[in-house]
Amino acid sequence: MPGVLVFTEIKDGKLKKASREALSIGRQLAEAAGGDLVAFASDAAAAEEAGRYGAKKVYVAAIPAYTTEAYTAALTQVVNDVQPSVLLFAGTSNGRDLAPRVAARVNVGVASDVDRLEWLNGKLRARRPVYSGKAFATVEVTGTPAIATTRPNAFPAEEVGGGAAEVVNVSADAADRVKVVETKVPEAGELSVAEADIIVSGGRGLKEAANFSYIRDLAHAIGGAVGASRATVDAGWIDHQHQVGQTGRVVSPNLYIAAGVSGAIQHLAGMSSSKHIVAINKDPEAPIFRVADLGVVGDLFQILPVLTEEVKKAKAH
Amino acid sequence: MNSVVCISHVPDTESRIKVTGNKIDETGLKFIVSPYDEFALEEAIRLKEKSGGDVTVLTFGPDRAQQCLREALARGATKALHVKGEVSDADSLGIAKVLAAAIKSVPHDVVFLGKQGVGTDNGLVGPMVAELLGYPQVNVITHLEIGDGKLVAHREIEGAEEVLEALTPAIVTAQKGLNEPRYASLKGIMAAKKIVIDVKSLADLGLDEGDVFQQRVVVVAMEMPAEKSGGRKIDGSDPNAAAQEIIKYIKEEAKAL
Repeated sequence: MPGVLVFTEIKDGKLKKASREALSIGRQLAEAAGGDLVAFASDAAAAEEAGRYGAKKVYVAAIPAYTTEAYTAALTQVVNDVQPSVLLFAGTSNGRDLAPRVAARVNVGVASDVDRLEWLNGKLRARRPVYSGKAFATVEVTGTPAIATTRPNAFPAEEVGGGAAEVVNVSADAADRVKVVETKVPEAGELSVAEADIIVSGGRGLKEAANFSYIRDLAHAIGGAVGASRATVDAGWIDHQHQVGQTGRVVSPNLYIAAGVSGAIQHLAGMSSSKHIVAINKDPEAPIFRVADLGVVGDLFQILPVLTEEVKKAKAH
Repeated sequence: MNSVVCISHVPDTESRIKVTGNKIDETGLKFIVSPYDEFALEEAIRLKEKSGGDVTVLTFGPDRAQQCLREALARGATKALHVKGEVSDADSLGIAKVLAAAIKSVPHDVVFLGKQGVGTDNGLVGPMVAELLGYPQVNVITHLEIGDGKLVAHREIEGAEEVLEALTPAIVTAQKGLNEPRYASLKGIMAAKKIVIDVKSLADLGLDEGDVFQQRVVVVAMEMPAEKSGGRKIDGSDPNAAAQEIIKYIKEEAKAL
């Protein structure tokens, strides 16, 4: 009996990290609910990796480019055939686009952007930050399947060493009233704050747009994404894709380094669930220090270049 | 070209949130048009200014939600529809069912929403409305051009942007960066006062209250986050020493080096 179905995505031939995280929490839920973990993917290449994360089967709909309607049709068909108790999506752009559409088609609700999940008394229970983390709601999802989207970085990805999942091909029709004309990748190799493990953020303390180079250099050296406060985005110093906070991205990386960010309530709400926080600010009273694990009262223009060099040295070893 | 803009009335993002029972305490909170809905509204007003037609603003909510309709009219929307009901007792699918039914009652070529309501932060209603109406959807857009029977929109994805072409009528959800929303002018505020807001009940739209308020996602508890104790604070007047401290922390505690 299939317990949990996870929608997975492939990038460069491998499962996205957020998908591996969703599979891992999915496997735990399947154990608790009783039943197998199975996955949905657009390519049979996912089978081996999904197996390592505990999936017994992968339902493959060969639709190369993601579009909402084609994927909704294919996934809904699998949901109807498999009848899972739980359906999980990683909270990626596509996961957030698809989950509500599938949910409305099968007339069930969605717990979105959850950072905790458990199977309790025959129901899916989830915790989700609301008001950008100013409060947490615990919700119970009724209906079958119970659907949730998982927040990237909130659940650890754990291999359990299973063999390749069995591939089940699903008939797929790529017809869609929306088509992808082009995908624009602005700066090659730039990481997205939504999924990054490390984020280096800059605020108004940078004084001007050109000084984001201090942030970019450190982010590049340490292998992290560039984040930004709302003030810097509103001032036009950097693109909105980088904004962390209530009207930007809510993030939970392993390491968050904030330089020249004072820590408006808006910003704190978006990053205070980061696992390790370092703040550099010349104002000892800056609210960012209230959430920082390591606060450095000092001049970012002096400290960041030294730090960047030290990181490069450490990486070279 | 007619459009409908669905807007929600949410606590100001600067608010300190308090919890009573399983809900947030609304006492003393200032309510605003949800920030992403402002981009949706602005785009619809620009479309009207370019190609004519009506901009109908639609909200589902208690009486106080009329304030956000007045604000939208003052900025340039031409009609307003208020569906009365305790929106906080409905989940996203319940809200989507109300909006879909209301949208059907108004002529439209395109339907705009914000990519998520600020506060509840679900980001579910737009695609759910699209599904209920059987329309194509383009989510989280930063650019839009509307032509005859189709639209071209830029959709934000991780670290990139997709250019999508969709047949209309369609649902689009707005991301920050789509445009720069205007403020209401005094003339706009005066003109808006003359517009009568159309008020409908759920029954007027043929909706079943039991279905709207079914709560497929039930809030069983609401709590404030644990107060972070604040960590170590060090003097960074010596940049070399400060950098060493940070490196040590990154290596030993974050284990990120």
